Amino acid sequence: MNLRKFLAMFFVGGALLLTSCSDDDDSTPVNDEELITTMLVTLTDGTDTVTLRFYDEDGADGPTEPVPTVSGGPLKASTTYAGSISVLNESEDPAENVNEEIEGEADEHQFFYVTNDLGITTAYTDQECDYNEDPCEGSNARPVGLTFTLTTTEDTGAGKLRVVLRHEPNKDATGVSTGDITNAGGDPDIDWTFDIGVE
Amino acid sequence: MKRFTFTLVFLLGVLFLSAQDCDKTLTGQVIDFHDGVPLEEATITFNNKTIVTDSNGTYTINNLCAVSYAFTVSHVDCNSQVFTIDISKVSNKDFYLEHHLNELDEVKVDGDKTTKTSSSQEETINKNIIERYSSGSLGDALKEITGVSSLNTGSTIVKPVIQGLNGSRVLIMNNGVRMQDMEWGDEHAPNIDINAAGKITVVKGASALKYGGDAIGGVIIMESNKAPAKDTIFGKTLLTGSSNGRGGSLTSELIRSYENGWFFKGQGTLKRFGDVEAPDYVLSNTGVFEKGVSATFGVNKFTYGWDAYYSFYQNEIGVLAASHIGNIDDLIASINSGQPDIIRDFTYDIENPKQEVTHHLGRLRYFKRFEKLGKWTTQYDFQLNQRFEFDIRRTQERSEIPSIDLELTTHTVTSDFEFDSKPNYKFTTGILVRYQENFANPLTGVRRLIPDYDKYDVGAFITGEYDLNDNVILDAGVRYDFNRIDAQKFYLNGRWEDRGYEQDFSDIVVDRNVTGSQLLTNPVFDYHNISATAGVQYTFKDEYQFRANYALSQRAPNPSELFSDGLHHSAARIELGDLRIDQETSHKLSFSLIKNNKKWGWEIAPYANFIKDYILLEPVDTELTIRGAFPVWEYRQTDARLLGIDAKLYANWHSNWRTDHNFSLVKGHETDDEQALINMPAPNFNNKITFAKPDWYDFTVSLESQYHFRQNEFPSNITVFSPDAGENVLLEVNTPPDAYHLLHLDTGMKFKLGTISTLNLGLTINNIANTAYRNYLNRQRYFADDLGRNFLLRLSINY
Repeated sequence: MNLRKFLAMFFVGGALLLTSCSDDDDSTPVNDEELITTMLVTLTDGTDTVTLRFYDEDGADGPTEPVPTVSGGPLKASTTYAGSISVLNESEDPAENVNEEIEGEADEHQFFYVTNDLGITTAYTDQECDYNEDPCEGSNARPVGLTFTLTTTEDTGAGKLRVVLRHEPNKDATGVSTGDITNAGGDPDIDWTFDIGVE
Repeated sequence: MKRFTFTLVFLLGVLFLSAQDCDKTLTGQVIDFHDGVPLEEATITFNNKTIVTDSNGTYTINNLCAVSYAFTVSHVDCNSQVFTIDISKVSNKDFYLEHHLNELDEVKVDGDKTTKTSSSQEETINKNIIERYSSGSLGDALKEITGVSSLNTGSTIVKPVIQGLNGSRVLIMNNGVRMQDMEWGDEHAPNIDINAAGKITVVKGASALKYGGDAIGGVIIMESNKAPAKDTIFGKTLLTGSSNGRGGSLTSELIRSYENGWFFKGQGTLKRFGDVEAPDYVLSNTGVFEKGVSATFGVNKFTYGWDAYYSFYQNEIGVLAASHIGNIDDLIASINSGQPDIIRDFTYDIENPKQEVTHHLGRLRYFKRFEKLGKWTTQYDFQLNQRFEFDIRRTQERSEIPSIDLELTTHTVTSDFEFDSKPNYKFTTGILVRYQENFANPLTGVRRLIPDYDKYDVGAFITGEYDLNDNVILDAGVRYDFNRIDAQKFYLNGRWEDRGYEQDFSDIVVDRNVTGSQLLTNPVFDYHNISATAGVQYTFKDEYQFRANYALSQRAPNPSELFSDGLHHSAARIELGDLRIDQETSHKLSFSLIKNNKKWGWEIAPYANFIKDYILLEPVDTELTIRGAFPVWEYRQTDARLLGIDAKLYANWHSNWRTDHNFSLVKGHETDDEQALINMPAPNFNNKITFAKPDWYDFTVSLESQYHFRQNEFPSNITVFSPDAGENVLLEVNTPPDAYHLLHLDTGMKFKLGTISTLNLGLTINNIANTAYRNYLNRQRYFADDLGRNFLLRLSINY
């Protein structure tokens, strides 16, 4: 009976197949291209600068707890601060400036500075047209929020400031262009709340 | 052809008759090739003379001349064979006939035996049901079987659940090939065109050891329509249209076969749907575009056969826009609002998030039947599975690059021998060798959820079946499988420390200085799995059957359970596997008592499945990130117990009226603390009344009521910090939705077109009352209601 012979051949063949297939090529590492490690919100009234910094060394994928720090002391009452935001990926060397990406697709992104505390108000001071060559009209005049103002009242104490960056928001929805997040939709790239104080 | 042969035989006979010296004798036996049994009353015909064999199958032919004769040998149910014999040289000759004309597919040696196992719970759905789900999916059709439910992502991604278990615990055999299509993910549906199947059998447990030892949930066996060994051509075309989703499907099949055993078969399906709709709104971005093609050809002979089969499947599936959430606050908002936050106008466009899956399957098979021994089958199959998942990413440029890009290649060789020549017992033994490679494309720019790996499987089994007497069949089997997984896995340093891997697995680190604070590891894990089964089937009083079965099975962890680590973008959750996860072991006892007669019948099928080290994925915590908080889902192992019962009853009240009643219940708990297991299907109770009138062009109409109870046993919810609310809130991620009741109507008629063709017309109305409901086992239940009313028109032509 040649069945036995066939089975023997079959096993040898199988063994060959297995050994010939095992290549040990090392896999290529992947870095999260959308990683944001650092967000810096700088508030200045011309003399003093208050910095709100968020730092998460391993981003959304990693277990390391993010570290928020507020430096430059509490905000002053009844003051208008000029604000700007910088978003970085410091896991790369040199650090990647994510602002450039946001500026490049300004019409698909918007920051929101949300607070209900101490009468603080915020307002945008930029427009999409600041980041492109097209005329400042129509939809190109909508805000992005890379720069803004923050105004405190005479109320003092502790409060919260929530900083949000959304991509593909509905920029034309009611209130969105004045910084109201309620109808914005879209997906968050950043959503972080800082503890702030006014003295 | 046949007639021509006879004529030839006759003419030759006349020719030879003219020779001289006619005193020779030919003696011998006519024997069944299959089992060596002598055949009584076989006929040997030559020159218009007919000789009949005696009870020992022997014959004697006298007065032959010393020339060549052509003898036609026949026996009831056998194909006649012509043998030419030179009487001058031969005086003794045994003729072999084949009683059991084999088709290339599964053999049904015993005429009345149609099940895959003798003792376990199983059920088959036939062509009629498959046709009704032509525009749906495999998972939808299988829900016709009591005890089978589904784990859905929306209405288009449907994973079958057998008696509470799904994913890697459910093995799917597609035309003799075990599907390797990344079944590990909750949102990965089987990559199968249901229209390629002629019938589908579900074995509810691991007893069908031939197919694999790790089927703790069960085995789904899809078989295509067989090509008969005769000269024929036939086929069918099926066209469907649905109101919900405003789309339809077209499927066509053609089979050509020849008496010499050759056959060809081709089949193709096209499905296109736009957004489906819930009763109150459009479920935006839920379109589907599915394509399937398969072709096979081969030879199906008396003692041997071979075939080549290839199938291609591609599916582009939109994922509900509202289910794409950014962080935990989005999830909380969605659960609270009860309405999807994105409702757009109906469209056929499929945008991100979406899945694009492609599956290639090729198979070569050969069988040979050995005299008085059995049948040997050997098969090689190749599968290539590709999965892209596109997500909404930070920039549009990035959104064009898939977030998940996996390519799974599998080669398998199996060989088995079925010893079936003895009348009262048979056994089957076989081996399997498999190599699998997973390639996770690094160009996604997203850290891999599933790493690159090589996997090696070797298995061997033996199963046997013994007919103790006319009423009792015993079956038993044992199987051994070896699995090795050899992966290249990157971990973030922080995660590596956090999981405590440095203590336990420092020896698998290959490189500690990988860019992006990562390290590269090379985990190589071996698993030895033993599975076994034993059971009995007892038939009594003609109408009753009792089946009892015990099955032991072991399943090695899948890559997702071992290696998941990080943010699963499409699910907006952080999923953590565990390198320490070991195989799970199931002991399942199942019984069924069945009564069947013309008037009525019923089946009661209780079971108990004790699973040691059951692997489950459940929400445990949240992690804060710059995008807000994300729920963390972690895999862990625990001892679990699943107790359940499937019951059904039918009654033919009158020649035109029939009712069907099905009930299934499963309760899953952890054995040590009685905590309910996550994702156990809720009990359901189906009742159907059918009116059939064969005189009116085979008219049938049925009304079905499906009642889905609320799942009252579920693991506790978790408390999470909501940045929005600025405080800890209860995340009701485990709370099941309410019970619901659905009504469906189905009607059909059949018309003759000419002599052989038939035209079938059918109309189905699903969810007649347009009830808004959510199903506990639908991952999109947090975001939107399930499907609303659907009118489905079906037109099929068989030719």
